[in-house]
Amino acid sequence: MALADKSASARHASDARPVPFLTPKRQAPTGTGPAQRAGKLWLALIPLAAVHSLVMFAGFFAPEDYAEQDRTLPLAPPSRLHFVDPHGRFHVVPFVYRIVPPPARPGDYLEDQSRVFPIGILVRGTPYRVAGIFTSRRHLFGVEAPAKIFLLGRDEYGRDQLSRLLYGGRVSLFAGLLAAVLSVTTGALLGACAGFYGGWLDGALMRFSELFLALPWLYLLLAVRAFLPLRVSPSEALLLAITIVGLVGWARPARLVRGVVLSARGRSYVLAARGFGASDFYLIRRHVLPETFGVVLTQAALLAPQYILAEVTLSFFGLGVGEPVPSWGNMLTSLLRYYVLSQCWWMLSPGLALIGVSLLYYLLTSLLQERLRIGQL
Amino acid sequence: MDNFEILGTLGRFRQILAALGRQRFRVQLVLAGIAITAARLTLPAPYPNEELLVTSNPIGRYGGRLVAALRSEPKTLNPVTAVDVASLEVIRRMTADLIHINRYTHRTEPALAKTWKVSRDGRHYILHLRRGIRFSDGRPFNADDVVFTFQVLLDEKVHSPQRDLLVVGGEPIAARKIDAYTVEFELPQADAAAERIFDSIAILPRHVLQKVYDEEKMDQAWTPGTPSGEVVGLGPFRLKEYNPGQHIILERNPYYWKADRTGNRLPYLDEIAFLFAGSEDAQFARFQAGELDVVSRLSPDNFSLLERKRQARGYKLYDLGPGFQYEFLFFNLNDMSSKGTEPIVREQEWFRKVEFRQAVSAALDREGIVRLVYQGRGAPLWGHVTPANKMWVDAALPRPPRSLDRARQLLKSVGFSWKDDGTLIDSRGEIVQFSIVTNAGNSQREKTATIIQDDLAKLGMRVHVVPLEFRALTDRVFHTFDYEACLLGLVSGDADPNPEMNVWILGGGTHLWNLSQSRASAQWESEIDGLMRRQLTTLDYHQRKKLYDRVQQLVAEDLPLICLVSPNILVGAKENLENFQPANLSDYALWNADQLFFRKASPDQPR
Repeated sequence: MALADKSASARHASDARPVPFLTPKRQAPTGTGPAQRAGKLWLALIPLAAVHSLVMFAGFFAPEDYAEQDRTLPLAPPSRLHFVDPHGRFHVVPFVYRIVPPPARPGDYLEDQSRVFPIGILVRGTPYRVAGIFTSRRHLFGVEAPAKIFLLGRDEYGRDQLSRLLYGGRVSLFAGLLAAVLSVTTGALLGACAGFYGGWLDGALMRFSELFLALPWLYLLLAVRAFLPLRVSPSEALLLAITIVGLVGWARPARLVRGVVLSARGRSYVLAARGFGASDFYLIRRHVLPETFGVVLTQAALLAPQYILAEVTLSFFGLGVGEPVPSWGNMLTSLLRYYVLSQCWWMLSPGLALIGVSLLYYLLTSLLQERLRIGQL
Repeated sequence: MDNFEILGTLGRFRQILAALGRQRFRVQLVLAGIAITAARLTLPAPYPNEELLVTSNPIGRYGGRLVAALRSEPKTLNPVTAVDVASLEVIRRMTADLIHINRYTHRTEPALAKTWKVSRDGRHYILHLRRGIRFSDGRPFNADDVVFTFQVLLDEKVHSPQRDLLVVGGEPIAARKIDAYTVEFELPQADAAAERIFDSIAILPRHVLQKVYDEEKMDQAWTPGTPSGEVVGLGPFRLKEYNPGQHIILERNPYYWKADRTGNRLPYLDEIAFLFAGSEDAQFARFQAGELDVVSRLSPDNFSLLERKRQARGYKLYDLGPGFQYEFLFFNLNDMSSKGTEPIVREQEWFRKVEFRQAVSAALDREGIVRLVYQGRGAPLWGHVTPANKMWVDAALPRPPRSLDRARQLLKSVGFSWKDDGTLIDSRGEIVQFSIVTNAGNSQREKTATIIQDDLAKLGMRVHVVPLEFRALTDRVFHTFDYEACLLGLVSGDADPNPEMNVWILGGGTHLWNLSQSRASAQWESEIDGLMRRQLTTLDYHQRKKLYDRVQQLVAEDLPLICLVSPNILVGAKENLENFQPANLSDYALWNADQLFFRKASPDQPR
């Protein structure tokens, strides 16, 4: 109990001190914890899984391709769903009208009410690739041409904002997730080494990690990006952003893992195993790493939203993925224009999505932490 | 500041007021107010033989302060060294030139020179100066000031940016004093538009600057912090107050040399205040809040926002149509063989093919750019002369609509082909991909680049858009030539073709696509060069027009610059500002600041 408390609160006291050599064994994972807490984790996990699968299969859920421009409809407001047509007839399936721009007044749009376009399910549209393997043309919903449905409006180039939000989420969310995995893995490995072997290696790694903690990471990223060549393809830029963001953040998980490992290696059963001649590798794998599991998971859940935000920041400053590939960051750049900020609320949608996803991740973190505290992980 | 002035003047009336009975105090105060207005009207009476220029504008009323905005602080008030827009905007209100180009009619008109004569060969100009007029410190103006000005500008040690304009074919213009009010200019060769070069050349006060010049300190003279009395000019206004980070205030020059038909000495306004307002959005916000009386160069989206609230807010909006700015895409055609930048050299094989450039031009959706980037407030361009320049634009220039088919045919004709997935490859199987650099922070250019990227993707070209900080961009374009394609814009300062010389002649400083050498890379390039040089020395307008039309045709055919669009000039002003006549030539809003006046007393402006 005391140990678990220590590792959880170590998140706040970043300078984790070595835990006393012999500590009470932590609570047995079965039986003692309140049973009703077990279900709570799903509260965060299910919506998160839903969001991630939404963006993973963006091609299916998005009605259009992210780069498809309709130059007659820049900054068109979201399509309105109708149930009652001009003749007063009620439709069970909601429908939209075709949106036409009046020639004289740019920025205004009218509905052409001469024909209704009911929303279809599983319609054929622009082709997309599923998981990079096979091509499909089925979209969850859509309307017949020449009408278009855009539930979140269109951006400055007349591209469907909803489609871009989904495709952009793919970039932003997975960049955050991958960077978190990268940084937690690096951190766990280095932290485990430092904690297990101790001595000069521990000292060197921890001083090095302090250096990293003190770095102003945003400026570092800006500087690194500025040194790179002009022409970076979107996927290269994304990989680069993930790598940079992920590698910069290894210090904190490393310190936490080190604290846990430091206490774990002194446990009586570890000492006993060592006495029976177990190798270092066996000890780390069998006894030490499982102890760190909870801390690592919590850290990953905590870092993922931070890294999503980091990717958004980089792309917002034009240092992440470039046009036409969307990311929530570069989608937000259009808000730098006063006109868009004040007139086009739908362009704020990436920001709102970012808030929602971050909240879910933080909920997950706090639930994980709670479980870690009561030893149910 | 207004209030202090009134209080100061009131002091003089206090004795009179004290002598009057208390019951009449209020009435007298009002009378005193009138007296103050009257006192302001008493400008220096015309001096004997003072040859004022009489303007034909509607008669205005005196008083008021006009508040305008600058994007940045003026770096200097020195007309000899100023280059940045903010400095020039302020300096042009405080200085005057010999012959002026009317920004509205685009024609030359007398200024400090009341008349001028040209010799038959077009090389000798005799300018007769206005007699008896004075600088803003009350000291007289004569031919010595003119000769001094040209001596300073042509001095290589001064490094004046205006020197280039005064050097024709490597030799400078010579200025010679004939008598106190006559100056003769000798040009090294005939120049068709020589009288236009006198525009915007501010005449300097010799009595103030001779000493500075002798000490070789011209480049340090007249910073914005210079005490107001020491900055002396012939313009309608003179320096009153400079507050770093906030504003610069100009006041009426009581010795200005123009008067309206009824003999009122111009300008009508008491003061012009320039606020330092940062971005265009910031200026827009201040104009909307009523803090600015005039705002020039509005962005199209802010203009349409203002348009919706026009009735309620009491301002006028002007869409003047396209100006003299043209936006274009160009490819790097510099000779890179000595630089050894391998990938660019290989890609230049595509860029040098005229069919490749024509295909790019045919694929670009100019109308789309106008609609998406400029909200319809711009004109698509196929040549480099904008429709604003009615005197010189070649109306017969073909305006082919966007055609991807034609673009594909052109590419096919020079050996390009497509892979199965639609990617364009050249005859050696190399994938056609390149990057377009443009200046970061210019949202209109960034957007245009993204549209071009999408258009060219339809031809199977992989284009990367790289926004660069402006200094990094100019470094690449002008010095290292380390770029593939670039999106930029140029603004002509005048309707005449001559200021465009440095863009089109070989070795010109703005010969953007091929700055590396003075040797032509293609036949059309030397033909443009020859035509531009010929039109410079041709005196007859119709012949010049014919030559310049041919230049426009060559540019449109061979596409050293792929011209895209000319943005409209969008200006806003308070409803009660009269004689306001914004022009689409640079200076846009305040070119006739001396004639502006407020219909009613303007409320005190917050600073």
